[in-house]
Amino acid sequence: MNARILMAALLLAGPATAQGFAGMGQTADGFAAPDPAYRFAFPADHGAHPDFRIEWWYLTTTLQGPDGTEYGAQWTLFRTALAPGEDVGFASPQLWMGHAALTTPDAHLFAERLGRGGIGQAGVSASPFEAWIDNWQMISRSGPGQDALAALDISAKGVGFSYDLALQATRPIVAQGEHGYSVKSAAGQASHYYSQPFYTVAGTITVGADTIPVTGRAWLDREWSSQPLAPDQTGWDWFSLMFDDGARLMGFRLRDAGAGYTSATWIAADGMATPMPPNTLRITPLRVVKVAGREVPVDWRVELPQKAVDVTVAALNPQAFMATSVPYWEGPIRISGSHSGRGYLEMTGYE
Amino acid sequence: MVRAGLSALLSHWRRHPLQLAMLLLGLSLATALWSGVQAINAEARASYDRAAGALGQDGLDRLVSADGAPIAVTVYAGLRRAGWDVSPVIEGLLPGTGLRLIGIDPLTLPAQAQQIDIAGAGLGDFISANGVLYVNQQTAAGLKTLTLPPIRIAPDLPFGVAMTDISVAQRLLTKSGLSYLVVAPGSPKPAPADLTLKTPQGGDDLARLTDSFHLNLTAFGLLSFAVGLFIVYSAIGLAFEQRRPVFRTLRALGLSASALTGLLLVELLILALVAGVVGVALGYLVAGALLPDVAATLRGLYGADVPGTLSLRPAWWAAGIGIAVAGTLVAAAQSLWRIWHLPLLATAHPRAWARASLLALRWQAGVGVGVLVVAMWLGMAGDGLWSGFATLGAVLIGAALLLPVVLAAITSAAQRMARGVLAQWFWADTRQQLPGLSLALMALLLALAANVGVGTMVASFRLTFTGWLDQRLASEIYVTARTPDQAAQMLDWLAPQTDAILPIWAAETPLTGQPGDVFGMTDHATYRDNWPLLYAGPDVWGKMAAGTAVLVNEQFYRREKLSLGDMIPLPGGALPIAGVYSDYGNPKPQIILSTDQLVARFPDVPRLRYGLRVNPAQAPALAAALQAKFALPDGSVLENTSIKAMSLQVFERTFAVTAALNVLTLGVAGLAMFASLMTLSGMRLPQLAPVWAMGLTKRRLAGLDFARTLALAALTLLMALPLGLVLAWVLLAVVNVAAFGWRLPMYVFPIDWLRLAGFALLAAGLAALGPWRSLARLAPSDLLKVFANER
Repeated sequence: MNARILMAALLLAGPATAQGFAGMGQTADGFAAPDPAYRFAFPADHGAHPDFRIEWWYLTTTLQGPDGTEYGAQWTLFRTALAPGEDVGFASPQLWMGHAALTTPDAHLFAERLGRGGIGQAGVSASPFEAWIDNWQMISRSGPGQDALAALDISAKGVGFSYDLALQATRPIVAQGEHGYSVKSAAGQASHYYSQPFYTVAGTITVGADTIPVTGRAWLDREWSSQPLAPDQTGWDWFSLMFDDGARLMGFRLRDAGAGYTSATWIAADGMATPMPPNTLRITPLRVVKVAGREVPVDWRVELPQKAVDVTVAALNPQAFMATSVPYWEGPIRISGSHSGRGYLEMTGYE
Repeated sequence: MVRAGLSALLSHWRRHPLQLAMLLLGLSLATALWSGVQAINAEARASYDRAAGALGQDGLDRLVSADGAPIAVTVYAGLRRAGWDVSPVIEGLLPGTGLRLIGIDPLTLPAQAQQIDIAGAGLGDFISANGVLYVNQQTAAGLKTLTLPPIRIAPDLPFGVAMTDISVAQRLLTKSGLSYLVVAPGSPKPAPADLTLKTPQGGDDLARLTDSFHLNLTAFGLLSFAVGLFIVYSAIGLAFEQRRPVFRTLRALGLSASALTGLLLVELLILALVAGVVGVALGYLVAGALLPDVAATLRGLYGADVPGTLSLRPAWWAAGIGIAVAGTLVAAAQSLWRIWHLPLLATAHPRAWARASLLALRWQAGVGVGVLVVAMWLGMAGDGLWSGFATLGAVLIGAALLLPVVLAAITSAAQRMARGVLAQWFWADTRQQLPGLSLALMALLLALAANVGVGTMVASFRLTFTGWLDQRLASEIYVTARTPDQAAQMLDWLAPQTDAILPIWAAETPLTGQPGDVFGMTDHATYRDNWPLLYAGPDVWGKMAAGTAVLVNEQFYRREKLSLGDMIPLPGGALPIAGVYSDYGNPKPQIILSTDQLVARFPDVPRLRYGLRVNPAQAPALAAALQAKFALPDGSVLENTSIKAMSLQVFERTFAVTAALNVLTLGVAGLAMFASLMTLSGMRLPQLAPVWAMGLTKRRLAGLDFARTLALAALTLLMALPLGLVLAWVLLAVVNVAAFGWRLPMYVFPIDWLRLAGFALLAAGLAALGPWRSLARLAPSDLLKVFANER
């Protein structure tokens, strides 16, 4: 029995088939569908939405050690539901998967945890905010009156690495798409999606026997849906770019048999978000490397003409492959060109 | 030349199809019995291994609660959150199915414990509310009629085990707490508070427990194989004797001795391979026929679940054919050696097997006596199962070696006492045939002795066992309540309707390191009068009533070499042994305390089971009323008569296999005798022709031959009786004690011997019938040829 591979089929990835990437193109039997009229309500929306099929709390950080060495860290909790709704105990249809990774210029360390909902092994509580699986956690230490996600402590450990990071947001939360309704295809597949792209980070990472103090920036994505991909979509390339001038750019391309579908949100340095019209973002692979037996483009040209963005992004470590039950590429990138900065790149569906 | 030689050699078998059939039959039967037994053992062992490997329990640590209570799910989640890499398991018997249900969490189960591949079902189906049950093929066959979640096949699961998601197990078993937690390698080591870390045990309990049973079967298989080899030996000896002219001609034509031996070896290998394949196939049938009984036995005696169907194993085929080839070579070694050394110019006339010289007989007698002395020494000094079986083997070999010596002595004495020429010739000729027949007679002796020995053992056991059941199951009704509350209500309701209500409460506790049971006993005439005590100290019942002593079961007593008055360590202080009781069919050590002491020392003991003393005539009605009144599930109210019937059924099935093997062995021995007589009858013309020429009719001669065979069989039978009784004694007093921990009194059953004597004489008579007919039908010219060809 390989539960891990099967988790893949249930959650995100898996082979690209006619059914679409990872079965996400299935119709959402009994599950709630994303609604363009919905408006976020916090802190409740920081918690889980068990009536939707999938959901994630996705944190990526770009870090720097005292000697200037660059690192990247990822902390992710995925939720997938076998059936809508929640139940007590092992009868709960909710399953959880945690991914943690630490990327250095020459190493990529990662770990995965799986757990059942309903018994307390893994889950998310909205207030006080806490997301956890086993002994990995993301806990709010926000003061009264603050957004629960404004200040977070995150920790995780795997074989050969661990990290313990304190996050402080400097701007409010940003809704992606139209009021957080993020369209994923021309056919109208969508998700609810908000981000907190303005964290400063301080903490320690451990690589092997070395404990290294680090500082840097972080970006949290919150997304839930029941059917975010069209049946012919096979994977995505997703960019979170944190420019040194304080602006942020979230952009993604969902690949299909044709030109694909791109979407972007421009977030000005003051936190003002502007959703860009579909397919205004242009991305072009510049360099393909062999990663875990697949051809994966790790350097890209990213263009957003409306905001005069024309940058080259390059992977800090091209081998930042997550060989987890849901295999994908996820790693820190350096930005150069019209803007400079750092960010994260995620690519799924490359076989 | 080589090809011509081989075809000349093989042509013999074309002209003697019966001989060929005999050789193949003997070899295949021997192989069949041997490999059948091996197949049964292999199947059972594989099943133990699977059971031992279930959920990686042979390799992975477990966390259990210190008091054996279920572990709360919150405790599990707390451990995960504290960094322990543990996975929850719920185990239990699925009511009404006999299935052991194991509920797992596929998301956290360590890779080492993963036994089923749920890819076919999909994790979604496995975890879904309906769930999926994984069982192996044999288990699935027995589940067809039950309404359970959808069944899927996982070949690696043990028989009788179903694996499913933990949520499904919670629902089906109606319990929520966790049975234990499997600890993944690399998880933090110190056990958390309130939980105990159990490291996997070195050996497999079940395999150790059932070792004696399998050793028993193996011994039988070996005996059958040895007896079968006697047939092969006779057939090969005959074929070689008859072909001496061919051998000489071939040698004279220029075939070297080594080439001839090589050709014969090739011929034997071909025969052995054919017989081996047939034998293994037959063995498969034998095993298939016996396995259901074996499975029932293993379940009844040891609680070991073994499927009643056989799976084919390549290793087993190879071993079966291998032993057929090896057996053939052993049986043919002497004949081959002779051919190797055949002088080119030696007479080509088939010579009857040489009369055994007095020296050889003396030598054989010496070895036989020596082996018997070794057997006696083993029996007295030895300790344990292997020495028990070694004693058996030595007794049998020693007696078999002595058989020709004794028969020679008897026949020569008879010859001396005989009046008249014919009688003298009869005994002299009998003695002259002994060397040729002695191997077949040895085979008969072994088969008969095994029959007497095993028969006596089983019958003694049965007599003891039934008597013991009567004593032990003195209460008319046994009832188990579902809850303590129900038990209280039941007692109130029963009190006016019964003579006595005797609590039967038991706790599990380690006894000198092994898992054992402690029972409570209330002071009552039921026990004082009936309890089957083997040894008792003074005032045993008084001490028991006062709670100042314990009783121990026989197997515990013998295994630990205890004696009366020894102190047994127990929670709350050790107590001395006041008596020993027999406890057949229980592999575990057991002690009995007074009920007060039991409750005081084991306060958590479940108080649900009671024995009821009532008028036997009213028992069925009361049992029915009791079950109806309290809506008790089937099996909660049992009358002692039904328990007795059940126990006896288990007993009968236990020995059904033994009986079947016994009959088969005897059949093989009969065949061995037939083969030997066939061999001899062809060679005896030179001895018979002069007697015929002197005026004895062929009819008379044939009759005398027939009588001779019966006489030899009868003599062998006479020797087999004491040998069998010795065998029975070793089985009862040595092997049983070592294997099961109980010693049984020996009873003899002369009626059984008479029946066996009938069978033996019948077998011998049937074996002699063929040669007798051919002699009676012999043309006078054939007898005359003896003189014509005399050189």
